[in-house]
Amino acid sequence: MHMADALLSPAVGGVMWVASAATLAVCARKVSARSEDRLVPLMGVLGAFVFAAQMINFAIPGTGSSGHLGGGLLLAILLGPSAAFLVIASVLTVQALFFADGGLLALGANLFNMGVLPCFVAYPLLYRPLAPAGSSRARVGFAAVVAAVGALLLGATGVVLQTVASGISSLPSGPFLALMLPIHLAIGLAEGLATAALVLFLAKARPDLVASPVPVRRRSLAGLAVAAALVAGVLSWFASPRPDGLEWSIAHAAGTAELKAPESGVHGSLALVQATTALLPDYDMPAAKVALEEESPWPEVNAGKSFAGLVGALATLALVVAAGFALGRRR
Amino acid sequence: MSRLESALADLRLADTLASRDTALSRLDPRAKIVTTIAFLFAVVSYERHTVVALLPFLLYPVALASMGEVPWRWLARKLALAAPFAVLMGIANPVLDRTPMEVSQGVTMAGGWISFGSILLRFALTVTAALAVVAGTGMHALCAGLAALGTPRVFTAQLLFLWRYTFVLGGEGARMATAREARGGRGSPTLAVYGSLAGHLLLRAFERAERIYRAMLARGFDGEIRSVRTLRWSPRDTVFVAGWVAFFIAARAVYLPLVLGRLLTGFGG
Amino acid sequence: MSDHLVEAIGLSYAYPDGTTALDGASFRVAPGESVAIVGGNGAGKSTLLLMMAGLLEANAGEVRIGDVSVTPGSRDLVRRTIGFVFQDADDQLFMPTVQEDVAFGPLNLGVSAEEAASLAATALDVVGASHLADRPPYHLSGGEKRAVALAGVIAMGPNVLLLDEPTAGLDPAARRRLIKLLQAFEHTRIVATHDLDLVLDVCTRVLVMEGGRIVADGAPDAVFRDEPLLARCHLEAPLRWQG
Ligand SMILES: Nc1ncnc2c1ncn2[C@@H]1O[C@H](COP(=O)(O)OP(=O)(O)O)[C@@H](O)[C@H]1O
Ligand SMILES: [Mg+2]
Repeated sequence: MHMADALLSPAVGGVMWVASAATLAVCARKVSARSEDRLVPLMGVLGAFVFAAQMINFAIPGTGSSGHLGGGLLLAILLGPSAAFLVIASVLTVQALFFADGGLLALGANLFNMGVLPCFVAYPLLYRPLAPAGSSRARVGFAAVVAAVGALLLGATGVVLQTVASGISSLPSGPFLALMLPIHLAIGLAEGLATAALVLFLAKARPDLVASPVPVRRRSLAGLAVAAALVAGVLSWFASPRPDGLEWSIAHAAGTAELKAPESGVHGSLALVQATTALLPDYDMPAAKVALEEESPWPEVNAGKSFAGLVGALATLALVVAAGFALGRRR
Repeated sequence: MSRLESALADLRLADTLASRDTALSRLDPRAKIVTTIAFLFAVVSYERHTVVALLPFLLYPVALASMGEVPWRWLARKLALAAPFAVLMGIANPVLDRTPMEVSQGVTMAGGWISFGSILLRFALTVTAALAVVAGTGMHALCAGLAALGTPRVFTAQLLFLWRYTFVLGGEGARMATAREARGGRGSPTLAVYGSLAGHLLLRAFERAERIYRAMLARGFDGEIRSVRTLRWSPRDTVFVAGWVAFFIAARAVYLPLVLGRLLTGFGG
Repeated sequence: MSDHLVEAIGLSYAYPDGTTALDGASFRVAPGESVAIVGGNGAGKSTLLLMMAGLLEANAGEVRIGDVSVTPGSRDLVRRTIGFVFQDADDQLFMPTVQEDVAFGPLNLGVSAEEAASLAATALDVVGASHLADRPPYHLSGGEKRAVALAGVIAMGPNVLLLDEPTAGLDPAARRRLIKLLQAFEHTRIVATHDLDLVLDVCTRVLVMEGGRIVADGAPDAVFRDEPLLARCHLEAPLRWQG
């Protein structure tokens, strides 16, 4: 499940970007340090494989629906977590660029949900312990399914947290999570089955390729735990000025006019946003806010202003269209 | 399988679009990357009920698409393909957020509808801008720009390899699936068939990687990929970045549509 | 110019899965000679070429270029001396544009960017592919890809050219152009192929391989008259003799 630009606040998007970019930088250093030249084409071609394989569906037995490979876990099994992260990151980047899957701001969040979590959490903490070197085929299959489900559930939780912390969508975290987890349990099962099928196929056809799993060092695990805690902390820091997303939407759903607290919450987080993005002070006056009560920074609602707003909106659109035509002519 | 084939056709088309010589493609990729990042942050920095104040930002994707001679139908099609997700994520807003908000005199709307509209508009803005930049720049120039901006070389090389061999491996995958269909395979394969189909593709990927590696070694590869490609920053690029960033700041600072509306209607404020 | 002399001495190789690919192959190629290696699928031609370029290490035997033995230690010298055109051009062309790809080899030899660009331009001109310079390699036709792959190798100025099935998958016109190019190349050429007509046009000597061994060595005219040998090696007399 891709996170989308439209749902992200710049603060959350920025935090996720920083987290993923830092992971990317560390992985790049590690992979370069391995100085295995042959990894360069191998990673590239496996990325192309994952890209293609994601578009081959298979029937999920007994359900009538179909699933496909995600790839993060498979890559971690084949290449080790660092190289795998670089590969899945490249796939997600191309998808964001060329298929608008998620978008560029959301790329940080998506790299985290679909790259960091499977490669650095599900693989070392679930797959490896369940399927140490020399495991039976059944065991490898079982470990792949468990790890894939784990990765997908974590990823879904990530999407929910990022969405709620951003506060663009009104989806409350509880029901949202309740909706996301079962869906991703199913997707995770499919992904796990696909991963298991591929690993087992490869183990049979070319045992030399899967024989030597890259060891995961304890120290990097500890570093990862610290990083994860940091990200969670920063995210919740951004989320906290607003009352819990659930309350916020309940207040709305109930139609209570207690807009004061939430409003200050919005402004609290907006102030943070601006501190972070170093953009200009908040002058934006969404038409919608004109209706807000006394403490609204745009207090008097008058006919002139609303009408002017409407005309202005239309005029802006007309200007943009005209500019498009003018620019098109000029070439 | 048509999905894989159409995705490949799509990538090929994007590549063809980017290979043309346009006002946009002549710009330094770094200029386009930096400006687009500024644009994205400006757009998403607005409060959730913002609709009208975002409208001036449409100018950026529109200008990009014009400069890059990006076909509008292509943009629209890509936008439509990606839209369901944004709709899905926003559609709950009108249900959950029913606080009435006055949009114009005497006209009120549920806040949720307004924030839903805002989500859709943000989505359209960010997606069209990114697509237009990509179509007017291309993967290779983009990677050169990213590398010049400090992206680790391992990663930009990875992106280029992925791009290059997606066409080769994707083609192989598509042919394998076509062969399955030609022999009567219908619908999605079962897991067993899938394991063998995708498994063979994975095996080929490994063999391909081994052959590429040898070919690279034969031409003196020593771990570093060198290229004769160079980037040149020209005054045009400076103007592009400075002009647009100034516009984003102005649009963020001044509620342009309202100013415009006042001018047009004569209502003072 | 003693390092044009290429020598294989008792080469043996088995792949990790146990398949024996080479079983004591020995021969010697004089400077400037144009030699064909023919044989059915799986005879060991590709393996032999890889070993001569130092890309596989023999289990037994050795490859010598002049007085230097091809080992990981002599890798640099081998890269400068030997050019390898691979069977599948897609394996070889990995850079974003044709020009960058052709310049990849020279850059690795340590020449400056300008010099590499000019070497690339010259090589593209030689193979008649200058107009493709800015194209991405994956949008080229099979013949164009092959020409560009050849340019990428020529740009490095090798003394010995190894080609693995260079005409496989080419249409007749592209094949004809390639044959002309190979005829024009003055240095040592070793061509693995099933295309016996190409051999007649380009090579002065032919080695026949079967089961990882060299089973015949002689002038093409003589070797290709040996029908039982050809049949045993899954080959057929050149088409132009059959009409
Ligand atoms: N990567 C490989 N792994 C295992 N066996 C291989 C590999 N490549 C080639 N072989 C085997 O080695 C033998 C020689 O192959 P090759 O040199 O490719 O022959 P040719 O080029 O003459 O067709 C064949 O039996 C082939 O199946
Ligand atoms: Mg061969």
